[in-house]
Amino acid sequence: MAEQAIVDKEALLAELLASINQHKFAPDVAHVEIHGNQVLSRHLVEGLIVEAETIEDGVKVHIRVKKGITLKNPVNFCFGLIPDNGVQRIIIDTVIGEGAHAKFIANCTFPNAVNIQHLMNATITVERGASLSYFERHVHGPNGGVTIVPVTKVFVAEDARFSTEFELIKGAAGVIELDYGAEVEKNATVDMMTRVFGREEDRIHIKEAAHLSGEGSTGVLTSHIALKNRASATIENELIADAPYARGHVDCKEIVQDDARARAIPVVQVNDHLAHVTHEAAIGSVDSKQLETLLSRGLTEDEATDLIIQGLLS
Amino acid sequence: MNLLEIKNLSLFKEGRPILNSLSMDIWEGHVHAIIGPNGAGKSTLANTIMGLSGYRDFEGDIFFEGKSIKSLSVDERARKGITLLFQEPARFEGLGVSQFILAGAEDKSRAIVEDALQRAGLPPEKYMARAVDKTLSGGERKRIELASIYAMKPRLVLMDEPDSGVDIDSVKYIFSVIRELRHMGSTVILITHSPEVLKHADHAFLICAGTLVDKGEMSRMFDYFNGKCVPCVHVGQPTVDAAVQPLTAN
Ligand SMILES: Nc1ncnc2c1ncn2[C@@H]1O[C@H](COP(=O)(O)OP(=O)(O)OP(=O)(O)O)[C@@H](O)[C@H]1O
Ligand SMILES: [Mg+2]
Repeated sequence: MAEQAIVDKEALLAELLASINQHKFAPDVAHVEIHGNQVLSRHLVEGLIVEAETIEDGVKVHIRVKKGITLKNPVNFCFGLIPDNGVQRIIIDTVIGEGAHAKFIANCTFPNAVNIQHLMNATITVERGASLSYFERHVHGPNGGVTIVPVTKVFVAEDARFSTEFELIKGAAGVIELDYGAEVEKNATVDMMTRVFGREEDRIHIKEAAHLSGEGSTGVLTSHIALKNRASATIENELIADAPYARGHVDCKEIVQDDARARAIPVVQVNDHLAHVTHEAAIGSVDSKQLETLLSRGLTEDEATDLIIQGLLS
Repeated sequence: MNLLEIKNLSLFKEGRPILNSLSMDIWEGHVHAIIGPNGAGKSTLANTIMGLSGYRDFEGDIFFEGKSIKSLSVDERARKGITLLFQEPARFEGLGVSQFILAGAEDKSRAIVEDALQRAGLPPEKYMARAVDKTLSGGERKRIELASIYAMKPRLVLMDEPDSGVDIDSVKYIFSVIRELRHMGSTVILITHSPEVLKHADHAFLICAGTLVDKGEMSRMFDYFNGKCVPCVHVGQPTVDAAVQPLTAN
């Protein structure tokens, strides 16, 4: 029985990694694989602490990069569910210690999803002078049976940097309720980027918010969305600058095809006359000049549109 | 032999004639120039030959290899071998330089990209990994456009001010691409304001207020740039009512 469980665990791990085209990691690469509410495998490196605790429908994870440590390689996380239905709740608490530097790559994979909920609740603290770059890539099956609700609160301390990228390009998005918020202290930087391709009946709601509360803080919020068929998306970008020399930029681009619908709600607010925030948004069909340039090279309208979308989401 | 024939082409915008009964023969394998003041209708003519939206409703006809292309879409014309270097090239967010250059190329190899970039005077190692976006300067963007056209090996290329925004040291790359295109057998139509560029043409057409006022003889065409815009009498002020003497068909 125990042997059976081990075999299952290894098979699951192999399947999970195969679904994200990942197979072997080098010994100096930290990685953690979580299937449902089970930690399948964990390999850590010096200066990195990852503690996981199973809860009924998921896991609670505490991640800490020790003060002054620079992790040479990105830490690879893989969260997923192989069955076609279920709930995976991930509660993560991450602290990047003072002056530490780390990169995290999270692959969230639901290759057979028919009815899956992936709920992520994260708090991230990037301490003074530290940096974290976080990249989350979703791999979904073709049926769109995934509801993903990532809620992340980030605190970026003085002179710290945080960047995040969320990418869902392959497979059907399903329902996305993404909510990222950051508090940005003196001379700290936050950079949030979302790239999503919505198809069929996908419903996408993205909220990216940054509060530039410290002097000289900067924030860039970018969302690039492509929608086709009957997909719909609402993008809320909120940038509030409260301190002198705070700088911010919001960039929201949505390409809409077929019967898809897109809505952008940008909020830019400046509460200090020495702060400066800019905003650019473009929603609609593919830009006609871009399209005609590619048509004039002999691409068909579909090929040209695909290439433009591929660029926007790259 | 005529590769392209423009017959009595007239195009109106807001009730105003922008192109006025133009007839032109474009000989295969030659480099032709189109010159004329700002607002003369040069870009309009190029866009109409390419079939861009807003330029499809015109009187007269355009023949490519003896067949009318009036009803063909832009991509159908491009697949016949017609392409256009835009006066102001589009910028694409995130689209890689290599991808862009290969878009119209039949041979999708890395060697083609490197060759095309080198021809345009852009070191491949510096540009291949970049995007065709707003981080490129105007001149760089123009030269990447040229590289992509070179990679396409077109039958007929319309170049709308290929030198605009390109520094004096780098125009030589534009000339070398034009020479190379000619060498490959492509026919080139050069729209330009520069006597330097004009030197690379075999023939020129002078357009004024949408009307063809002179053609042929290069020596006479250079007079245009010497301020003697004969017989174009109203440089800088193209109006419908202007007394332009159209060139009579011969
Ligand atoms: N959509 C339009 N509606 C009205 N007028 C137009 C339109 N497009 C072009 N025109 C006019 O047609 C004329 C010819 O424009 P065109 O761009 O072809 O000139 P050009 O010869 O290329 O000039 P330049 O040397 O400045 O590039 C101009 O007077 C221009 O204002
Ligand atoms: Mg023009």
